[in-house]
Amino acid sequence: MEHALLEMRGITKVYPNGVVANHDVHFSLREGEIHAIAGENGAGKSTLMKIMFGMEEPSEGDISIRGEKVKLQSPQDAIDRGIGMVHQHFMLVPSFTVAENMVLGMEPRKGVGFNYNEAVRLTEETARKYNLAVNPKAKVEDLTVGMKQKVEILKALVRGAKILILDEPTAVLTPQETEELFVELQHLKEQGHTIVFISHKLKEVKAICDRITIMRGGRSEGVFQTKDVTEQEISRLMVGRDVVLKYDKDNVPFGKPVLSVDKLSVHDSQGKALLEEVSFAVREGQIVGIAGVEGNGQNQLVEALTGGLHAVSSSGSVKVNATDILAADILRIRSLGVSYIPEDRMRQGAAGDASISDNLISTRYRSKDMNKGPLLNGKRIAALAASLVEEFKVRCSGPQQPIGMLSGGNMQKVVVARECSTSPQLLIAEQPTRGVDIGAAQFIHQKLLELRSAGSGIVLLSADLNEILELSDSLLVMYEGEIVAYFENPSKVSEEELGLYMLGINRQDKQQIGRAVNHV
Amino acid sequence: MNSLLNVIFTTDFAFSLLRVTTPILFAALGALISNRAGIINIGMEGIMLVSALAGVIVSAYTQSAWVGLLGAVLSGTLIAGILAFFTLKFKTHIILGGVAINMFASGGTVFILYLLSGDKGSSTSLASKVLPSVQIPLIKDIPVLGPILSGHHILTYVSILAVLAVYYLLNRTPLGLRIRSVGENPHAAQSVGVSVVKIQYTALLLSGFFASLGGAYMSMGYLSLFTRDMIAGRGWIAIAAESMGRSTTIGTALTSLLFGAADALSNALQVLKIPAELIATLPYVATVIGLLIYAVSETRKKNKKVKSPVAK
Amino acid sequence: MFKVKYFEVIRTAAVILIALAIAFIIISLVSDQPLKTIGIFLWEPISTKGHIGNVIEMAIPLMFTGLAVSLLFRANMFNLGAEGIFYFSGVVASVLAIHLSLNSWFHPVVAIAAGSIVGALLSAIPGILKAKWNANELVTSLMFNNILFGVGLYLLNYHLRDAKAFANVSYKFQETAQLSKIFTGTRIHTGLIIVLVMIVLAHLFLYRTKWGYELRMTGVNRDFARYSGMKTAKVIILVHLIAGFIAGMGGSVEVLGMYNRFQWASLPGYGLDGALVAMLAKNNPLSVIGSALFLAYIRIGADMMARLSDVPSEMISIIQAVIILLISAEQFLKFWKNRMLLKEAKANA
Repeated sequence: MEHALLEMRGITKVYPNGVVANHDVHFSLREGEIHAIAGENGAGKSTLMKIMFGMEEPSEGDISIRGEKVKLQSPQDAIDRGIGMVHQHFMLVPSFTVAENMVLGMEPRKGVGFNYNEAVRLTEETARKYNLAVNPKAKVEDLTVGMKQKVEILKALVRGAKILILDEPTAVLTPQETEELFVELQHLKEQGHTIVFISHKLKEVKAICDRITIMRGGRSEGVFQTKDVTEQEISRLMVGRDVVLKYDKDNVPFGKPVLSVDKLSVHDSQGKALLEEVSFAVREGQIVGIAGVEGNGQNQLVEALTGGLHAVSSSGSVKVNATDILAADILRIRSLGVSYIPEDRMRQGAAGDASISDNLISTRYRSKDMNKGPLLNGKRIAALAASLVEEFKVRCSGPQQPIGMLSGGNMQKVVVARECSTSPQLLIAEQPTRGVDIGAAQFIHQKLLELRSAGSGIVLLSADLNEILELSDSLLVMYEGEIVAYFENPSKVSEEELGLYMLGINRQDKQQIGRAVNHV
Repeated sequence: MNSLLNVIFTTDFAFSLLRVTTPILFAALGALISNRAGIINIGMEGIMLVSALAGVIVSAYTQSAWVGLLGAVLSGTLIAGILAFFTLKFKTHIILGGVAINMFASGGTVFILYLLSGDKGSSTSLASKVLPSVQIPLIKDIPVLGPILSGHHILTYVSILAVLAVYYLLNRTPLGLRIRSVGENPHAAQSVGVSVVKIQYTALLLSGFFASLGGAYMSMGYLSLFTRDMIAGRGWIAIAAESMGRSTTIGTALTSLLFGAADALSNALQVLKIPAELIATLPYVATVIGLLIYAVSETRKKNKKVKSPVAK
Repeated sequence: MFKVKYFEVIRTAAVILIALAIAFIIISLVSDQPLKTIGIFLWEPISTKGHIGNVIEMAIPLMFTGLAVSLLFRANMFNLGAEGIFYFSGVVASVLAIHLSLNSWFHPVVAIAAGSIVGALLSAIPGILKAKWNANELVTSLMFNNILFGVGLYLLNYHLRDAKAFANVSYKFQETAQLSKIFTGTRIHTGLIIVLVMIVLAHLFLYRTKWGYELRMTGVNRDFARYSGMKTAKVIILVHLIAGFIAGMGGSVEVLGMYNRFQWASLPGYGLDGALVAMLAKNNPLSVIGSALFLAYIRIGADMMARLSDVPSEMISIIQAVIILLISAEQFLKFWKNRMLLKEAKANA
């Protein structure tokens, strides 16, 4: 029997914090194919690929190359066995020339010195061989993103990579650069290289991949010949859910608009559009869900709503009640009654070494009832912390425990408690239940619904489609910085249908999308 | 003013310029190497002090200046090794580690000096040796240039060669390439199998090596004995020079020379009634200004980049 | 839970024990009568009222700088500028102590206030450079130490120097400017009361006011502080002002409390010692009292030892270096903590 070029069997990866990132995953790579690994964020793609490149060791399972079992304990092991990787965040030294980056760690020598001319020659030779034109003497910091990616690919090739792993390679590229990359990958394939292509862009997967392995929730959902499956089928496999949430919502009519976003456009420093003419409104007592594959402008939208956007050029307006907040600082925005549950609780949402109590008061310690003359009112703060810990069922030894010692779910409850307990006019909830256990997730959902009943407007961004379909009163879908769909009754929308919009296969007409402004 | 020019444009002044620059230059080159590897060594003052004492002691006991030099270099490098061990293995904060090294050196050298000589001030009772000065044939006979360039202490010449060596090391050798890559993007270095910790160990040891040459020069050339706290801020000036020189070899060497000139001038400027104490602060003032200009321009550049209007 | 909670305390104790053990080893190697010398080292500082007084006198400047550095470290600012400010504010206070004529109540108050304010303003410079342009506060503060020393020494040598005195010292302070002694038989001065008040105020500020809260949160996680709506640049400038004020007050108090002339011809080193005090105190204002007293105790012990035996007092700098290296070593005894964590996790499971 012919052996697969690379085979991963029964791969399970449990991280020290208890997260199961891969569960009994099978992956088999044939020589000379372009093989896609597709799945949503958090489906376990990156973990699998880190294991493949020796950056992580699997908790269980084994890897074999051409039928021979191997242990990959470091990237060097993987490199030695002909595996190369092109990271999404380039591993390049900006001030070095292309040639210097190419040979780092395997420098050609001349006596004791570094033979730069040889490095240049080697770069030129490799570039010619693989038809990837680069200027060996150019400094990497002066290169375009597409060029940098070429250098990364060449770096892997010059180290003898026969298997090339590309992690979301098109995420940073313009359409023209993407086209170019595909031509190059085809060329590499013809020369006998095998390529692992990680992506959630189905058009691209269909365009150049021979086979596709679909991952969902840490498991592999099967391998298909790309030509045998439709985009719809792939999308269904990617977004299917195991646990179904159901909530009863009150039928209170929405109040006046608390948030109006009007023709909001944001561009990055190179003039690339990150948000284009986004318009929608949120009313009192309404949850507006925003769905979309990550990286389609949600981050910029959240920044615009929460005051983090000062560094990029923008136009349009974002109004909370009647105040334009696009140029306002965070304190001003918060004082207008805007709360924000951030996506990354470790980076922004919590101060790990500080106590639960300190974390609970960070957005209200200025208020009169938290202070007594020049001092903070310790009694009030203690009472508040104790009541929130109890109300939000935070499992801890007490409000003075450092928040960093809590589990992810309990830490997130503290964040939610802080942001929900100030009776906000508007709450921006970004991935409110990411990485928390199902119990905590349901608890957080209940709290969001309570807030809705109390008349707060909520913007909910989530990669969890079940969550977003079940909680939202109306739903927007973002794709490449634009709103491409608007649904008034999300619970009637199927995940499959939603997937088609999220992945850019379908798109509604302007009139339907325009209804997001008034919800009529 | 004339009197000042008269002082500066003498062969004596040019000669003394090279003389006072030597220890600063050595230490600045050391600081340069560790900084390029992304690990700032503020223990230069301490390393120089320890090696200055070690040179005196070893040369006194072996009656050989060269063995003394070896002792100085080994002990200075050892101190750097201890710093490296604690910061890289035990994850001691590198700055606090540097503070500890300086603290250790300022008291520890006096402690050892006292034990060996019974004197806390200087090593007069130890019969230590000095390294020789060198007359360069041919050059020494050239008018004007001869008296400036010839007749220096051997380590002064070594320091000039060291500039070339460090330049070559950083820019023309595989090790230099790795040092710079570790300092600039350790993840990139790691992803191609370069060990960041190993490179940083090497860089810290090299920084100790060069600093101890500067220390040896102080007690076996600049002076012919050890006195307490004899480094007198030269380690800090070196760190300032490296920072002003924007972490390039040439820049560091030129700034060292400039700061050496400030030092050499302090006597000359007294003719103009400018006090030596204030002149001694010039390198530090220059460094703060240099740092500020750099930081402001970086901030401007960053703001400009993101705020530029979008071309439609 | 119990053991992990006390891990930091246990670790600090272990560091102190190791440092003392190294001290004993050095004494044993150097001294002809090691046991007697160790006895002197440990016992003499607390043997008489006068010696205890010496320990407390020594602890006063250490508390000032330790407190200043603690606040900076609390805000996650790596600034070692307390050294230069301590020195320069001492010069400023000396100038006023020499040249002003006021009654003995106002004279020290004015001199100390001036020293403190000058300290605050000088300290703000690296703070502003950091907050506005992200200029590395460590490098600027280190450069400032040398600049302030140079300028201070210039003032001493050219404007304050008493030509009639034998050494390089200033004119005598007015008697009205000097701080009064508060315990007979010792030289403990009112500076002790001042520093204890400052420590209590700093404690209240840090844990009981909204500004202290902002400072702590900025130090723990600046992104979190910003996200919560705090103006972290202002916090950074504020903490520099306060730390400079305290360090400057320390220099002024030390000069007026312990001397009748200004006589520092080199940096006295209290600023860097302050970093050590802060580390031992885990950046807690109240703990600064204990850690400054401990450091003062071993220093006076070393001084006594040098006077009464054959081991020089400079041994202490070796001990201090060991303490710094170990106390800031994240990995030191970490394996032990991990083992405890694992055990507890298992016990809870």
